[in-house]
Amino acid sequence: MAETERPDGIVGRGNREGADLFRDWFARLNETAANNGPSAYVFVMGSMAEILQTFDLPMVFPEINSLQTAVRRMAHDYLGEAEDYGYSPDICGYVKADVALQLRGGQHPMGQIPRPSIAVLTNACNTYIKWAEIWERMYGVHAFVLDVPGTRRARAQTWPGDPGFERDRRYVEAQIQELIGFCEEITRRKFDIDRFREVLDHTNQMNRAWERIIELNKSHPSLFNALTDGTIYLGVSNGLRGSREGSVYFNRLVEEMEYKAAHRIGTLTDEKYRLAFVGVPCYPIFRRFNEMFTEWGGTFVNSTYLWFASGGANRGFEYDLNRPLASLAEGVLVSVRDAMDSMFHQNLALEEIIDGFDVDGVVFHPIKSCRTVSTGLADGRRALMATRDVPSLFIESDMMDRRVVSEAQMKNRIDAFFEGLASRRQREAIVA
Amino acid sequence: MKEATFDAWHGQPLDEILYQCRELLEDMSFPTARRWREAGGKVIGHFQVYFPEELAHAAGALPFKVRGAPLEPRHADSRFGSYLCSILKTSLELALGGHVEMDMFVTHPICDAARNLAAIWGRNVDYPSQILYLPQNANSAYSAQYLREEYGRVLEEIEALTGRKASPADLRGSLEVFNLNRALLRELYTVKRERPWLCSADEAYALVAVGGMLPREEHNHLLQTVLPMLEERPAKPQDRIRVVFEGGFCEQPPLDMIRTIARSCYVVDDDLLIGLRWITGDVPLEGDPLYNLAQAYLEKSSYSPVQHDLRKPKEKMLLERIRNSGAEAAIITAAKMCEPGLEEQVAYTRTLDESGIAYFISEFEENMTSFDHMEIQLETFVENLLFS
Repeated sequence: MAETERPDGIVGRGNREGADLFRDWFARLNETAANNGPSAYVFVMGSMAEILQTFDLPMVFPEINSLQTAVRRMAHDYLGEAEDYGYSPDICGYVKADVALQLRGGQHPMGQIPRPSIAVLTNACNTYIKWAEIWERMYGVHAFVLDVPGTRRARAQTWPGDPGFERDRRYVEAQIQELIGFCEEITRRKFDIDRFREVLDHTNQMNRAWERIIELNKSHPSLFNALTDGTIYLGVSNGLRGSREGSVYFNRLVEEMEYKAAHRIGTLTDEKYRLAFVGVPCYPIFRRFNEMFTEWGGTFVNSTYLWFASGGANRGFEYDLNRPLASLAEGVLVSVRDAMDSMFHQNLALEEIIDGFDVDGVVFHPIKSCRTVSTGLADGRRALMATRDVPSLFIESDMMDRRVVSEAQMKNRIDAFFEGLASRRQREAIVA
Repeated sequence: MKEATFDAWHGQPLDEILYQCRELLEDMSFPTARRWREAGGKVIGHFQVYFPEELAHAAGALPFKVRGAPLEPRHADSRFGSYLCSILKTSLELALGGHVEMDMFVTHPICDAARNLAAIWGRNVDYPSQILYLPQNANSAYSAQYLREEYGRVLEEIEALTGRKASPADLRGSLEVFNLNRALLRELYTVKRERPWLCSADEAYALVAVGGMLPREEHNHLLQTVLPMLEERPAKPQDRIRVVFEGGFCEQPPLDMIRTIARSCYVVDDDLLIGLRWITGDVPLEGDPLYNLAQAYLEKSSYSPVQHDLRKPKEKMLLERIRNSGAEAAIITAAKMCEPGLEEQVAYTRTLDESGIAYFISEFEENMTSFDHMEIQLETFVENLLFS
C-alpha cells in the first residue's frame, strides 16, 4: 500500500525524515565552511562522536562525501583529478574522491565541505590512517589515531572482566583521555561531563534502536531493504550520532518498523527471496544494482554493511552513565571490534544472519577500492559453504569507480543466480 | 638445536658464501625451517613487517619471516579475489602448498589486506593463527605499556606451544642475540653506504634476508664471518650513481630486479626487509625485557608506510635517509596493488620534486621475471644524471 494511503503517514517516514536530516546536516556543513568554522574529520567505524559532540565540533564524514559523489554519478571526475595528481588507480576510490574535493577547496555536489581542524580516526580501517596523513600534509592538521585492538583470532573475543579485555580497555581509555585533552586545546573549552552524559544518552537510544531495527527485519515479509533503506538509516546513524535529532529519528524509525511488522507491510509487494549482502554497495549504479535483485523478488534482509558501517552499533551497546569514560572505552572496544569482526570474520557474522533471518541466498560483493572488506571474502565464502547450505553469488566491482563496474556482466551473473534459486526451490518443493 | 640449519657456507670463500646465501634464499623448500622442525623444534611464522622475534627465540622456537615467495599460488589463489598484492597469496601458498611447515602464524595490522590474513589462515590451517596488535597510535603515552602487555600475551601463547617458559634471563639472552644481529646488520649497511663497491645490492640483500629463516645465532656467525671478508675484497669504486631504494618494506622485489638495479647503481640505503632492522639501537638489558622491547619498537625505530607516527613523517624520513647515506637520487617503488606503498609514492615524489632530488619511479611484483624494460629505463635515468 502506498504511504499516501496511510492516514498517519508512518510508512516511509524514516526514509523521508532521513533524507531531510541528511540535507540539513550538509547544509550545516556548508554554513560551517562559509563561516570558516572548526570541524572534525571522522570516519564511520569509531567516529568518537560522543567526545566530539560534547565539544560541539561539527563532524565531517569524508567516506559519506565520497560515496555521495558516486551515487550522484560524479565520482569519475573526482577520481580522475586525484589520479592526475599522482594517486594510483589501484587505491581506495573514497580517498581519491576526497583528495580531489580538497584540491577543489571543499567543493562537493551537496555543498561546501569545511576544512578540518582535527582528524579523529580509529584503526578499524588502515586506509583511514593513510587518508588522514594526506590531510596532515595538506593542512598540517593533527590526526589523532584512536587505536582499538581487535579480535586476535576467530571466536577469541574477550569481554569485560577478562584480563585481556581489561588490558585493551585501559589502552583505549587512556587514548580517550588524550583525545579529550586534545579537543580542549582545539576548542579552548573544558570538557563538560554533564553534556557528555547527555550525548551518551542519545547514543544509547540510537544504539538500542539500531539493534532493534535490524532485529525487526526478521519479519516476513522484511520491513526494509538493508541495501537501499539501510544506507539512509546508516547516514543518519553516523552523521547524527550522539544528538537529540538522531535519537528522536531512531525512536520514530523503530515505531515505523514496529507498525510495519504488526501490519505485515513489506518493503516489496511480493517478497520471493530473502538475501544477505556482504561487502560495500555498488554506488556508481546504486539504484540499478538493487533493481537487478528486486526485479526477481529478491530483497536484502540484512548485510554486514549495516554492522560494520554503523561502527558496530548493531550490538546495541549502552553506556553506563554512572561511569561514563570507562564505559565509553568499553563500548568503543566492543563496538569497533565487532565492526572489524564483521569484515575479517564475515563468515561468522553471516552464519548469525542466515540462522536468524531465514536467508535464501548470500551476495558477496568484493570491491577494488576496499581491501579491508574484500580481502577475505572468497575464502569466507568457502568457509560459509562448508557450514551452511545456502546458495551464494560472488560479484566483483567497486563502490566508486565505474571503470570496473560491468553492468551487463553483473546482470548475467545475477540472473543466473536467481534461476538457480528458483530451480532449488522447485526441487525442494518436489522433495517435500 | 645443536647442528646448524645452514652449513653450506662454512669454511668457504666469500663468493661461495654469497652464492650459498642466494641459493638458500631462492630454495622454495625452505630447508632451514624443515631441519629445525626435524630436530623437534617449533616454527613461528610471522608476516611482514616487524615481529618481536626475541619472544619466539626466548621460548625456544624458530621465528620464520613469512615474506611471500616467487612462486605460483596454485592453492592460495582461490582464497582471494582480485586487486590484491601478490605477497598475500604466495605467503598462504607457502603454507597450503606444504613449502613450510609452521606451528603458529602471526600477522599484524599493517594494512587492510594483511589484517585479513589471521582469519584466512585460521580457516585453512590447523595450527594457531592470530594477529599481534602492534599499536597504531604510536604517540599515546600508554602505547608502550599496552605493547608490553600484548607481547606478554603472545609470549604466553608461544610458551604454551613450545612447552618452555621464558624466564627474564632467557629474554635478556635473546635481546643480546638480537642486539648483536642488528649491530652486525648496521655494520653491513655502513659498508653499503661508505664503500658500496665492496658489496652489491643483491649480495647485501641475500645476506640480510637469510636472517629471516635462520636461528639468529647462525645468522650472527655468518655475518661475523662475512663482514671482515668484505673488507678484504679486491674491488674498486666504479662510476655509478648512489641511490636509495624505497618500497621494499613488505612485498619483496625479485632478487633479479635488485641485481638489475645494482648493475647501474650503488644502492647505499634502502627499506628492504626493514622489519629485521626496525629497531635502530641496542635494546637495554636492564629492567623489564618486554617493556624495553616494546619501548624500542616505538622510540628507537625506523619508519615505513605502515606506521603512523607524528614524529616520523615518512617523506621527511626519506629525505633524512637520502642525506645520511649521501645518495644522489632515489628509486621509489611500490609493490603492485600495495595500497600503503602506492599512497606513499605520492608524498615521496612530491617531496623529492620540492627538494630537487632526482628519482626513478616504478612498480614491481615478486613474481616478475623480465626486467629488460626497467633496465633500459633505469640506464637512461642514470645516464641523464651522470651526464647532466
